Amino acid sequence: MRLVSLALLLAAWYAGSQLAGARLLPDPQAVALAIIDEARSGALAFNLGATLARVAVAFLIAMTLGSVIGLIMGRSRIADRLGDPWLIVLLNLPALVIIVLAYVWVGLVETAAIAAVALNKLPIAIVTVREGARSLDHGLDDVAQVFRMGAWTRLRHVMLPQLAPYLAAAARSGLSLVWKIVLIVELLGRPNGVGFEIGVAFQLFDVTRILAYALAFIAVMLAIETFLVQPLERHVARWRPRPA
Amino acid sequence: MSPAGARGRLDVNIKQKSFRAASGGKLHVLGELVFSLRSGEVAALVGPSGCGKTTLLRIVAGLDRDFDGHVAFAADGTLAMVFQEPRLLPWRTVEQNVRLAAPRASDAGLEVLFQTLGLNAHRDHYPGELSLGLARRVALARAFAVEPDLLLLDEPFVSLDDALAARLREELAELVNRRPIATLLVTHNVEEAIGLADRLLLLSIGPARILADVPVARPRAAHTPAELAALRDEIARRLNQPFSQANR
Repeated sequence: MRLVSLALLLAAWYAGSQLAGARLLPDPQAVALAIIDEARSGALAFNLGATLARVAVAFLIAMTLGSVIGLIMGRSRIADRLGDPWLIVLLNLPALVIIVLAYVWVGLVETAAIAAVALNKLPIAIVTVREGARSLDHGLDDVAQVFRMGAWTRLRHVMLPQLAPYLAAAARSGLSLVWKIVLIVELLGRPNGVGFEIGVAFQLFDVTRILAYALAFIAVMLAIETFLVQPLERHVARWRPRPA
Repeated sequence: MSPAGARGRLDVNIKQKSFRAASGGKLHVLGELVFSLRSGEVAALVGPSGCGKTTLLRIVAGLDRDFDGHVAFAADGTLAMVFQEPRLLPWRTVEQNVRLAAPRASDAGLEVLFQTLGLNAHRDHYPGELSLGLARRVALARAFAVEPDLLLLDEPFVSLDDALAARLREELAELVNRRPIATLLVTHNVEEAIGLADRLLLLSIGPARILADVPVARPRAAHTPAELAALRDEIARRLNQPFSQANR
């Protein structure tokens, strides 16, 4: 089913390239050749690696900070009241403003790039995890207290399983948001990465190269989703009764 | 009594407890409540629905500290509670649920416990795969596995069919007889209270006060129909008594 759908997309792409001409929209074959070309020279792996490393670091920082802050805001009314205005400001600050300000204030360095991406993702992670923390089951809290479970047991066996769906949602939406913003950050102020390459290709009006890098990166993210995120979700949900 | 007796003693001295109602007023739930419970003793709190029995149990368990008065129980004493609902962790198996609450329980001890409660076949099942009766048995197993000095039971057999409830009561009586623990059982089922307890604490409707402290002769043994009838009459008489004569 998915394969048929994918084939249809390829057919539409091919038809489109015939109509628009190879300069505006090169056909799939030309893009595939460009990908192989870039891979041979080592540029593809180098740029993909640089971008993936930025995605990973920014994602981890945003998820860790977001989970901790979200949990605190969901559990404490005072923290929620204090943090909420900040959260609304951060949520409504355009990604571009954060990126430009980070580069202006910190300089055109890696720290600024990663901080800008993490800061863009942070408020959404906080909001999602806060929602999860608010819906924690008080009955299970009572159980943990009566049986005097330690802090680690409470976190690992009582709280985290309840937060898992919210963490998964934050991770899913976060991953797609982070990699899109990483490309902008690279375009604006980094000397390598997929975003930088696309920026160069844009100046040369090289649509083939733009598509080659975009597709290669989408393939990598698809692989992460299929081989990392989905198995993890299945493992976390193994206790849910399934229809036989 | 065993030397551990003094350790397991529970002293309850509550002056009053009220909730702030959503409408702004105060809801007076518990009046003056004073009683103690020795190790090896089972006391049943009997009273009409909504008289504050669960609130009292939550205070004794330390889950609710917002009340006037104090509850004394040895700090090193262990506590276990069976809630009205099983309250198991749905994402952990039956055995993990028990082990998480009782990390010091021995394998052999758990073996015996699971055997007694008929849970051996269900050790690796998740709570979502269990019937309510089985889940309640797991909640009982979790409480017993802790080997508590104080055991709190909040209507543990409500909404079970009669045969199953009777069997679980027998199992509970057996386990209480085996180890000297102080047990506080909340129920509105008089038969159940008579069948399990050494003493019945009869509570009035809110604000709850103790109307009477009725001892049960030969606790957890079979009673003749005549004995049962006499006890039930006494309870009915005490429950309908006016306050002034109630406290002995």
